[in-house]
Amino acid sequence: MKSLKFAAGFLCIAAPALAETPVLDVLTYDSFVSEWGPGPAIEKAFEAECGCDLRFTPAGDGAALLARLQLEGAKTTADVVLGLDTNLTAAARATGLFAPHGQTPALTLPVAFDDAEFLPYDWGWFAFVHNKSLTAPTDFKALAASDLKIVIQDPRSSTPGLGLLMWVKAAYGDDAAQIWTDLADNIVTVTPGWSEAYGMFLEGEADLVLSYTTSPAYHLIAEEDDSKTAAVFTEGNYMQVEVMGKLKSTDQNDLADKFLAFMLSDAAQSVLPTTNWMYPAKTPAEGLPKGFETLVQPSKSLLLSADEAEAARPAALDEWRAALAR
Amino acid sequence: MARRAGALIAAGLAFLTLGPVGIVMMQAGEGALSSADYAALRFTVLQAALSALLSVACAAPLARALARRRFPGRGVLIAALGAPFLLPVLVAVLGLLAIFGRAGVVNGALRGLALPEVSIFGLGGVLLAHVFLNMPLATRMILQGWQAIPAERLRLAQSLGFRPADHWRHIERPMLRDVVPGALLAVFAICLSSFAVVLVLGGGPSATTIELAIYQAVRFEFDLPRAAMLALLQVTVCGGAVAVAAWMTAPGGFGAGLDRALELHPPRGWRRLADAGVILLAAAFLAGPLVAVLLRGLPGLMALPHAVWPALMTSLLVAVLAAPLAVGSALALALGRAQGTRWLEPAAMLPMAGSQLVLGTGLFLMIFPFASPAAVAVPVTVLVTAIMALPFAYRMLAPEARALVADYGRLAGSLNLRGMAALRLLVIPRLRRPLGFSLGLTAALAVGDLGVIALFATEDGATLPLVISRLMGSYRMTQAAGAALLLVICAFGLFWICDRWGRGGTED
Repeated sequence: MKSLKFAAGFLCIAAPALAETPVLDVLTYDSFVSEWGPGPAIEKAFEAECGCDLRFTPAGDGAALLARLQLEGAKTTADVVLGLDTNLTAAARATGLFAPHGQTPALTLPVAFDDAEFLPYDWGWFAFVHNKSLTAPTDFKALAASDLKIVIQDPRSSTPGLGLLMWVKAAYGDDAAQIWTDLADNIVTVTPGWSEAYGMFLEGEADLVLSYTTSPAYHLIAEEDDSKTAAVFTEGNYMQVEVMGKLKSTDQNDLADKFLAFMLSDAAQSVLPTTNWMYPAKTPAEGLPKGFETLVQPSKSLLLSADEAEAARPAALDEWRAALAR
Repeated sequence: MARRAGALIAAGLAFLTLGPVGIVMMQAGEGALSSADYAALRFTVLQAALSALLSVACAAPLARALARRRFPGRGVLIAALGAPFLLPVLVAVLGLLAIFGRAGVVNGALRGLALPEVSIFGLGGVLLAHVFLNMPLATRMILQGWQAIPAERLRLAQSLGFRPADHWRHIERPMLRDVVPGALLAVFAICLSSFAVVLVLGGGPSATTIELAIYQAVRFEFDLPRAAMLALLQVTVCGGAVAVAAWMTAPGGFGAGLDRALELHPPRGWRRLADAGVILLAAAFLAGPLVAVLLRGLPGLMALPHAVWPALMTSLLVAVLAAPLAVGSALALALGRAQGTRWLEPAAMLPMAGSQLVLGTGLFLMIFPFASPAAVAVPVTVLVTAIMALPFAYRMLAPEARALVADYGRLAGSLNLRGMAALRLLVIPRLRRPLGFSLGLTAALAVGDLGVIALFATEDGATLPLVISRLMGSYRMTQAAGAALLLVICAFGLFWICDRWGRGGTED
C-alpha cells in the first residue's frame, strides 16, 4: 500500500516532467528583461506561437554578458545570447561557442552587415545629447575648441565608452590621440557606466553627454518632453549594432533558430524602439513609432568591423589613457 | 569557547575570501601586471590614505563635541550619522553633486556673488565624497570610545581639578590611541576598493583605482589571473594597513567602572563655541546632500514600478539573515582576539580589502559546475553580504571586547561563567551599544549593497539596488531616485531600530 502511494506520488510529480514544454534559455543584459524593457512583451508574443517556455537570464550589461558567457564556457545552459555589440563580437567569436545562424533577413541598417554567427536585432548612432537651447558643435574639433563641458563613459568598463573610443579612431585614425588631448579640458568626468553619465547630464553637470541619437525619443515619447536633441557630427556618427547568436551547445536547436527569426519579425521589431530606445534592425511594416521622425539623422555612419575593432582597441585605449591622464 | 569559535570562523572566512581568488587565479590568461596598474596602485593608496586621515581628523573633534555636550536634537544627529554610510554610492554622489556640483547650491551661490566657481571633480572631489561617506562612521567609532570611558575616571579627573591639557594627556589621548587606529583602518580599507565614487568624481583616467583595473580585466580582457593578482595586491595593501594599525593601537587601560551616570562639566568659554561650531558645520555638511537625496526621490516615490516591491522584500530578507550572521561571527572573532589569538584580526579585516567582483566571479566558478547560479542566488547573497559587512562589525566590537576581557575576564573565569550564560549575563549587556550599532549597520549595508547578486540574479529574483540600477540603465532616473529613497528609508529604519536597542532607548 505504501509503495503504491509512493508510486502514485512519483507519477504525479513525474508526469508533468515528461510532458514538459521545451525551455529556451536566453542570456541577455539587465535592462532587456525589466518590466519596462522589451523582455516581457517579446516573451509573451514568442510563447504564444512557439509552444515553449522562453526564459531570460539577465547578466549585467553587454560587457558583463560576454564575461558571464566566458565563465560558463561550453557548460553553459543558455541556448541563445542576445545583447553583445560589434565591439565585442570578435572576442565572443573567439570563444568558439557560437554556431552559424544560417539566416538571411533583409536588414534595414544604414551599413551593409554580414556575419555568419551574429545577427543584429537593433542598432543606434552614438551621439552627444544636449538641450535644444544649446547650439551644439558639428564635429569633434569644434567640440574640443569650445568650452562646452561633456561627460563620457569609461571605455574600460562600459560599451558606450568603448563605442566613443572606436568612433574617434574610425574618424581620425592616427590623429585620434590629438583629438583626445584637445578634448581633455572639455571632459567633466569619465563615468563607469552609461547611467551615471546620463544622470549627471540630466542634473545639469554637463552640457552634452555621450548617448544615442534615439535618446531624445525617450524624453519625447515617455515623458512628453521635447527639450532634448542630439548632435550630428560631420565626421559621421559611430554606430552601435546589437547582435544575438545561437550557441553550439544548445539542446533546442530548432527553437533557437525560430527565436532568432522571431526577433527579426515585425512582432518583435515593433517592440524594440519604445522599450530599448534603439532603431529596429529590420523596420517593421507599420514603420517607426510616432516621435521617431523628429530625431536627427546623421548623414554618414561609421562602423569598424568586429575584427578591426578588436585589433584597434588596445592601442586606442593606451592613447586615450595617455591623453586624458593629465 | 570564543577562541575556538573565532578560529573556526576565521578559517571559514579566509577560505571564502581567498578561495575565490585562488580559483580565479587558476583560470587561463596572461596574468601580467602593467605599469598602468602600478600607477593605479599609487593613486588608490594615496586617495585611501588621505580619505582616512581627513575623515578621522574631522571625526575626532565632532565625536568629542557630541560626547561632552547635551543639546536638543543630539540623539537625532547621532542616529543620522549612520545615514550617509548607508546610501548607495551613486545616490550619494548625485546628492553631493546637488550641493557641490556645477549646477549645485554652492556654485549657484558663488555665481550669485560673482565669485569664481569651484569644481568638485578631481582628487578633491573624491576626498570630499569619501569624507562625506565615512566621516560619520569614524565619528560613531570614536564616540563609542569616549562613551566607554568609565564615569569614575572622569570624576577622578574632576576632583583632581584637571585642566583641558591634563584631560587630554591622561584621558583623551590614551582613549584615542585605542580607537583611532581602528577607525583609520576601517576608512582606509573601504576607500581602497572604492570604485564608482573615484571614477565619477575623479575626472578621468588619472584617477584610476585597482578595482577599475579588475573590472577591465574581468569584463573586457577576460584575463582572470590578472584580476586575481590585482585583487591580491589590494589584499596585501590592506594587510599592511592592518599591521600598521595594530602597531599604533595601545589599549586605553581605563579599567572597569560601575556604570554610574555622570554629571557633565564640559569646559566653558571659547571651547563651548568651538564645539557648537564643529557640530553645526558637520550637521550642515551631512544634511545638505541628504536633503538633496530626499528632494530628488520624492517625485519618483509616487510612481514606483511593481518590480520594486518584491525586490524590497528580497533585500529585507537578505538583511535580516545576513546581519545576525555577520555580527555573531564578528563577536566571536573580537572575543577570540581579545583573549589573545592575534591572527584573528587580519582574518576579520580581510573581506574589506577583497574585490567584490573577484569574490563574485570566484564563487560563480565554484558553484556553476554543481548548481544553477540562479537557484542559489539568495543564500549566496546572504553569505557574501555577511562576509562583506563583518569587518565593520568587528571594528565596532573589537575595542570594547578587549576592555571586556581585560576588566571582567578574570572574574568570569573564577566564577566559571562560560557559554550561553556568559553571553547572556556578561557579553550582551556589556557590549550592547556596539552590538546594536553594528547590527544596524550590517543590516542597512545588506539592504543597500549591490554586491554579487548581479552575477547570480534571475529574471525576478532581483534585489532593490539591482532594480535601481536597471531603472537608471533605461532612462528612468526619476523612478530610480524614488526607489533609492525607498531604499534609504528602509535601510535607515533597520539601522535605527537596532541602534536604538543598542543605546537602550537613552539619549546616549
